[in-house]
Parts: sequence; structure tokens; C-alpha cells
Amino acid sequence: MTHQEWIALRSDISRKAASIGVAVAIYGVSFGALGATTGLTIAQTQALSLLMFTGASQFALVSTIASGGGSLAAIAAAMLLGTRNAAYSLRMAPILKVNGARKILASHLTIDESTAMGLAQDEAVDNGRASRLGFWSTGLSVFVLWNLATLLGSVTASAIGDPKALGLDAAIAAGLFALVWPQIKSRYAAATALGGALVALTLTPVMPAGIPVLAASTVAFIVGWSWSKQGDL
Amino acid sequence: MWFTVLVAAAGCFLLKYLGSSIPKSFLEMPVVKKIVLLLPIALLSALVAVQTAGNHQGLAVDARTPAFLVAIVALRLKASFIVVVLVAATTAAALRHFGLAA
Repeated sequence: MTHQEWIALRSDISRKAASIGVAVAIYGVSFGALGATTGLTIAQTQALSLLMFTGASQFALVSTIASGGGSLAAIAAAMLLGTRNAAYSLRMAPILKVNGARKILASHLTIDESTAMGLAQDEAVDNGRASRLGFWSTGLSVFVLWNLATLLGSVTASAIGDPKALGLDAAIAAGLFALVWPQIKSRYAAATALGGALVALTLTPVMPAGIPVLAASTVAFIVGWSWSKQGDL
Repeated sequence: MWFTVLVAAAGCFLLKYLGSSIPKSFLEMPVVKKIVLLLPIALLSALVAVQTAGNHQGLAVDARTPAFLVAIVALRLKASFIVVVLVAATTAAALRHFGLAA
């Protein structure tokens, strides 16, 4: 890749990272407002965005408390939703190649959006340079905007309108899908994407939130195992 | 409450850290390598599916479904990322604004 091509790619990735941060931040305002109305202090709500930094887990913790669940139930709900991040960091480790303080920071920034942006880039570009930029720029953009949005939501105790009225729920799903799309490069990847979606949809009516998505990982095990039996990569 | 907040945050961080601490030699085993490669694809696809068709009660067909279909068309037409996201948002927002879908 020439220097010019890299500059163009870099600004494209940075723009995407910024727009993902903005879209996610609107949910951050909702999260801050929810925290404030659930009885968490502003500091506790902010601590979740700063220290937990994984939106689905944060919403799960606050919703569990709001519905009268105890401390252990809230911790368990948050960790259940956070389990998929372990699979993400497993996949990102050989791309990011970090140790020490950077490994701690990279782990902290490992969420749906940063992983999806990292993996949507061509890993062959400069030995993973584009993938790393996708991950770090998105992780940092979401971290900063998510935290500012949480503060805004908890201090004003109100959401900026309804995210659904803006179509943001559809926008975030479409954005993630647009990032999964380029990763579907083989029939094994296609089978995994389709199978994972089907498992999650089948389990959604009968399982508590979090389990259906996690259960989709079994599809990766089955397809990965049969892929290795075929022998080609 | 601080106990809950801090323990849950530490737990979630440890999950993220754990994944990046698995020995390289294990990850380089051919079958493990393929499974790890496919894991985020399975999880992210499942997440997209649940975000598009799931709600508190179970599954639902609402404004998100046509928005998702429009996003697929945009992707197939090789639209840019921002365009894909904006057409999905606009579709869902418009259907809700005019009361055509929930």
C-alpha cells in the first residue's frame, strides 16, 4: 500500500470510528438517565461507563437493580452479557500484539464495536495495521463519547428524545451488520453467520437476555471443527 | 451499591483480559485457529439478529425489519458505511413517524 492509499484509508477508518461513537453515545445518554432514575449516584453511573465500559452489561446491571434484583443477580447479569468480550479479545490478540499497559488498555476497549471495526478491515494491509487502527480508533472514540454522554444523561436525568424515534436501534444493527459483511469471505464464515443468527433468534423467546447471543458461539465450534476436518483454510 | 458496581466492573474487565491472555501455542492449533476466527462472526451475527428482531417478549417484526432489508440492499449496491447506517435509521424513523410500524 502506498503512502497516499494509507492516508485515504486512515481518514476513512477515522470517520467511521467517529460516526460509530456518535451513534452509540445517544444510547449513552439513555444509560446515564436510566442510572440516575434507578437510584445510582452520578458517580456510580459514571464508574460503570468508565470502568465496566461494555454497554450491554451496564444496561443489564442497572435493569436488574431497577427490577428489584439483588447485588449478586446484577453482577451475574452484567458478566453474562460481558462474556462475549472474552471471545473478541481472544480473536483480536494476534492482531493487536500488545503487552503490559497497552494490553490492559486494549482489553478495556474490547467491545462489539471496536472488534467489529478491527475485523472489518483487511488483515493483510501492512500486517494488520488497518485492523489495529480500526480497533483503537473505534474503541477510543466510543469510550470518550460514551462517557461524556453518560454524564450528560445522569446529570440531566433525561434522554435526548427517544433513540427509537431516530431509528437508532436499526442504525446500530445495520452498522454492525455492515462491519460483519466484509468478514464473510468463505462458505464457512457464511454458514457461521447464518447459523449464529438462527440459533440466537430461536432461543430469544425462551431464554433470558444474553444467553441467545452467547449460545450462537456453539455454531463457531461446530463449523470450525468441520472446517479443520476438510483441511483447507 | 458501590460493591455491586465495582465487582461487576472488575468481573467484566477480567473477562476481556482473560481472552487476550490465552497462550499463543494453543491458539495456533489448526482447529482452535479456525474456531477463534469464526467466533466473532457467530457472536456479531447473532447480536445483529437479536437487535433486529428481538424484544423483551421474544421476536417481533417491526420498523427494524424493513430497515434491515434496506441496509442489505444498500450493502449489495456497495454503498458506503455511513450511507448504510443512515438509510437504515431513516427507514425505521420514517415508518415510526408515520405510524406504519412500531
